[in-house]
Amino acid sequence: MKRFIAFVRKEFYHIVRDRRTAAILFGMPILQLLLFGYAIRNEVSEVRTGILDMSHDTVTEAITDKLFSSGTFIFAGNLQSEKEIAPAFAAGRMNEVVVFEPDFAGRLQKDGVARMQVVTDGSDPNVSRIVTGYTQAVVSDYLAEQADGSARQVGVEAVPLMMFNPSLKSVYLFVPGLMAMILMLVSALMTSISITREKESGTMELLLVSSLRPVQIIVGKVVPYLLLSFVNVVTVVSLAYFVFGVPCRGNVALLFAESLLFIMTALSLGIMISTITNSQQVAMMVSLAGLLLPTVLLSGFIFPIHSMAWPLQVISNIIPARWYLVIVRGIMLKGAGIAVLWKETLTLLVMTVLFMAASVRKFSERLQ
Amino acid sequence: MAEAVIQTEKLTRKFGSFTAVDEISFSVASGEIFGFLGANGAGKTTAMKMLTGLLAPTSGEATVAGFDVYRETESIRRNIGYMSQRFSLYDDLTPRENIRFFGGIYGLGSSELREKGERLLDSLDLQESADTRLAALPLGWKQKLAFSVALLHEPKLIFLDEPTGGVDPVTRRRFWDMIYDATDRGVTVFVTTHYMDEAEYCDRVSIMVDGRIAALDTPAMLKKQFAAETMNEVFIQLARPAKRGEG
Repeated sequence: MKRFIAFVRKEFYHIVRDRRTAAILFGMPILQLLLFGYAIRNEVSEVRTGILDMSHDTVTEAITDKLFSSGTFIFAGNLQSEKEIAPAFAAGRMNEVVVFEPDFAGRLQKDGVARMQVVTDGSDPNVSRIVTGYTQAVVSDYLAEQADGSARQVGVEAVPLMMFNPSLKSVYLFVPGLMAMILMLVSALMTSISITREKESGTMELLLVSSLRPVQIIVGKVVPYLLLSFVNVVTVVSLAYFVFGVPCRGNVALLFAESLLFIMTALSLGIMISTITNSQQVAMMVSLAGLLLPTVLLSGFIFPIHSMAWPLQVISNIIPARWYLVIVRGIMLKGAGIAVLWKETLTLLVMTVLFMAASVRKFSERLQ
Repeated sequence: MAEAVIQTEKLTRKFGSFTAVDEISFSVASGEIFGFLGANGAGKTTAMKMLTGLLAPTSGEATVAGFDVYRETESIRRNIGYMSQRFSLYDDLTPRENIRFFGGIYGLGSSELREKGERLLDSLDLQESADTRLAALPLGWKQKLAFSVALLHEPKLIFLDEPTGGVDPVTRRRFWDMIYDATDRGVTVFVTTHYMDEAEYCDRVSIMVDGRIAALDTPAMLKKQFAAETMNEVFIQLARPAKRGEG
């Protein structure tokens, strides 16, 4: 135990002494969250909306009123025909046009189905998607208010995503992904670098020749980063809660416990990387390309998994962040408990045990 | 001769079809300074790794400090000191912190450690710089500190892997004074070096060529045997026919 404490204390010295490490560890999570929270906001406001109403009845007018009373959409004029849409977009006068088919109320009454179309400027797909989603939300809101069985089928379907994030606040979506990214970066990248640094400087040899067991070396390397990563989780969650008002609807203790599990997964990956490389440079490259990129791109953080090509969907299964993301979103936004999330938790657990066993085994093999 | 601290019998290590160390047999007596010489790639490092328990031998027998290199590597590690060619303390820690860390991982108690640490800093004349990061100290001081740290847990045997690389002759000479002090206290020293003047300081010298021990005797006897003026000539005579090059 005495040896172990000596080891952990030394690791903390390393972290605090190296300004770059300290900056990445503590500055990055806060910076990232603020960046994602403020600068890269995805929600749109002041959507200039045109109306092409070929029906002019009570229902279309009610939907139009509802749209403009939300505050997000600004009335940008009435259009007479579809031909006017493209020029309006091109001139930048409008970002969106809502089209109602002729005899909208009549069809709704008669067939139970009426069609409206939401046309958006596809040159900015992100904004388009959000605008469309928002419009759909307003329409389904209206229909829900009518509480009329036949009317509910009109036009657009309700999109389940919006249930938990009615205003499509991007910070809700970013926070879980950001947590995964930061933990991956801090845990995997930092441990792999700190172990390979000892290999480079020759001190690893010294540690191995000492009476420390390989397991002690690994655990001694892991513990400081485990603690620091946990501090980061708490920081990110509280920043998200107090600064951006992201709710945590589920059990906070469960969220922290699941985060600890994910940190362990990332740490074991970091150790695994350091067992196969001998230089800090390579360890950094492998961590960034092999861990961070998939975490950002394939976990569902930025791109939804169900819209990926199937090979990528298959690959996404082996990315720990994918499962962690489901867990965090479940707990924070949906208030889910372990009864719902046990499958994802188990997946992470199995991954961690496998990685850990593999890396300890690899590490324990004598040098060369 | 006193009891053997290191004893090897046909110790061999192969990497695939390449035999890095080829049936070497020798013994090192207690309190001796044993020079372990050889050109680059002759197999010194591999042999040293086997003796320090970092690498399992392919065949042959060896005991270090009375422990078997196959089964008792942990006991070996507890009973030896080690200092490597690459400077091997932590540059971003101060001398005092380095002492505390290495003492700590060898399981020294904190009061014992403090006392020993202070004595060590006194004897090395390092008190003034005890809380400066090591990176700022001259290499010669660092090497002396590394040597002392390797002896902190009072091992019977210390392995020095090219301990004086990169420093001037005067500093090297001072370093050797420290080695002599250690042997006076009964420590056995196993040292590799590329400096032939240092080979002269050893009690006995072995010279490895192509994985085998080509010669083993006192420096005086070796010079006589090869009719050479200096150890340098002896070394060149032996190493010239080597088949393995740099590497």
